[in-house]
Amino acid sequence: MSKYVIVGASAAGIGAVEAIREVDPVGTITVISEELCPQYSRPMISDFISGKATLEKMKCRDDHFWEKNEVQALTGRTAVRLNLADRYVELDGGDRVNFEKLLLATGGKPFIPKIEDADKEGVFTFNTFSDAERLATKTENAKRAVVIGAGLIGVSVAEALTKRGLEVTMVELKDKILSLILDPTASEIVENVIKKAGVTIITGQTVQRIFGKPEDDSVVGDVVLTNGDQVPCDLVIIAIGVIPRMELVAGTDLKTNRGIIVNRFMHTNVPDVYASGDVAEAYDFVLNENRPLPLWPLAQLEGRVAGYNMAGKKTDYPGGTSMSALKYFGIPIISVGIANPKEDGTYEILVKHDSEKNLYKKLVLKDNVIVGMIFVNDIERAGIIFHLMKNCVNVKKFKQELISENFGLATLPSRLRKKMCLGD
Amino acid sequence: MKRIIAKEEVCMGCGLCEVYCIVQHSKSKDIVKAYNREHPRPLSRVRLETNRPVSFAIQCRHCEDAPCVTACLSGAMRKDEETGLVTHDEEKCMGCWTCIMVCPYGVIKMDVSGKVVAKCDLCSELDVPACVANCPNGALVCKEVTP
Repeated sequence: MSKYVIVGASAAGIGAVEAIREVDPVGTITVISEELCPQYSRPMISDFISGKATLEKMKCRDDHFWEKNEVQALTGRTAVRLNLADRYVELDGGDRVNFEKLLLATGGKPFIPKIEDADKEGVFTFNTFSDAERLATKTENAKRAVVIGAGLIGVSVAEALTKRGLEVTMVELKDKILSLILDPTASEIVENVIKKAGVTIITGQTVQRIFGKPEDDSVVGDVVLTNGDQVPCDLVIIAIGVIPRMELVAGTDLKTNRGIIVNRFMHTNVPDVYASGDVAEAYDFVLNENRPLPLWPLAQLEGRVAGYNMAGKKTDYPGGTSMSALKYFGIPIISVGIANPKEDGTYEILVKHDSEKNLYKKLVLKDNVIVGMIFVNDIERAGIIFHLMKNCVNVKKFKQELISENFGLATLPSRLRKKMCLGD
Repeated sequence: MKRIIAKEEVCMGCGLCEVYCIVQHSKSKDIVKAYNREHPRPLSRVRLETNRPVSFAIQCRHCEDAPCVTACLSGAMRKDEETGLVTHDEEKCMGCWTCIMVCPYGVIKMDVSGKVVAKCDLCSELDVPACVANCPNGALVCKEVTP
């Protein structure tokens, strides 16, 4: 019997442990993780491939994290079944862990499209450290790689493989790369930078089939695109995105949509059962609805909120939104909220684009409140804009300043500025 | 813990806070050497904000509930429970810029290397932070606040 049981020990699980311990120093905590060393940063796995980071550097908490927080960490174990009526989690091997409060932080799993003959050697997903470890060993003897998907994960792995000296081709179904977080202009700026680094980008296509090598059909040799073109390669990385990992939830009373539905306390519809991170559908403050947002900072925050509530400190989740910072190919980008709205007259758009310097700033406003932004290259003041956005500040009187080169705290109206940052 | 307060009404916008911040974060801690011989020159962690006639200097507020700490992807940004400081471990930083995205004050900078971020450490080895000690007009003051 453990007072708190947490399934999953990545961002959300870690956040929950820390929050619980702030409130309840003694209640027993059990954490269940499939991974042997779960306290590493998943967004860093591409740095592992490129050689920039070792596992040691990737650890976002030290090796004694679980002990220091007096957590029973069942690492390398899989939760296979939930019994919510009798309040226990069943592990591989049949062991049961009883709980008073349960947090489901099982995360996401890679979305895998239908591809014929995708079971060949040399096809990878890119989600966990073990995925990265397997891929890293194969990059030694590989020359060419095809990355399926040109979103965040795809771009990160393409950069890492390029740094490793591989010839990389990215295949993206949409017309533009990073289409979920950028508009066509920003996407093109980034596309040009990526192409200059030597990556081939094919858009409007996907991989429908994988052929083997002439000498060994069980090893990746070519991919066949929807238009019939073939791209020879040694590795295929499926990097389309993640979907909530819901296996445990099946057959329980938990209400789900694409992910587990939670309220602002990260509480599910079942008493004493919480969910956080990529598996949950939490509140988006821009869209004013719940949806899956598989992002590390949000998972950590959601985990913290769940942890506080599990330990009895009533805490509201302030909400998140689509929010990404990108560092890849040396071009810093920040994208938040509705970055590429439909042009139906609902939104006001402010843009500043200096194509020579590759500078791009775009703000999306609705009723004089910022609801989206894209910053390319000049990103250091983006956080101020994010703050105005989160707090729904009416920017009518100073909106043109927001995209000016000199924008900063000093350009904000004096009352707002003083409220924000002066005094103690 | 210490907190630096900016007094907008007496700031002349001279920028000495930035100069002394650079010196303090240089290898030599010498103004001439830091400016002429250290390449790349270290970054100032304090930022002089100007929009004439307004000027004031601002640096990491070491927030109680720091958004950069929760958002940090690598565990480099931490809240020190004893001192109240928000500390940044350059060795752990992966330069993902997520902290820059969520800092309400825009006071986290991309380091000159372009690989990590840099921010105010409140000159933890000094009694009085360099920007405060060298402000000629008393526009930066250091206060002791209870966390």
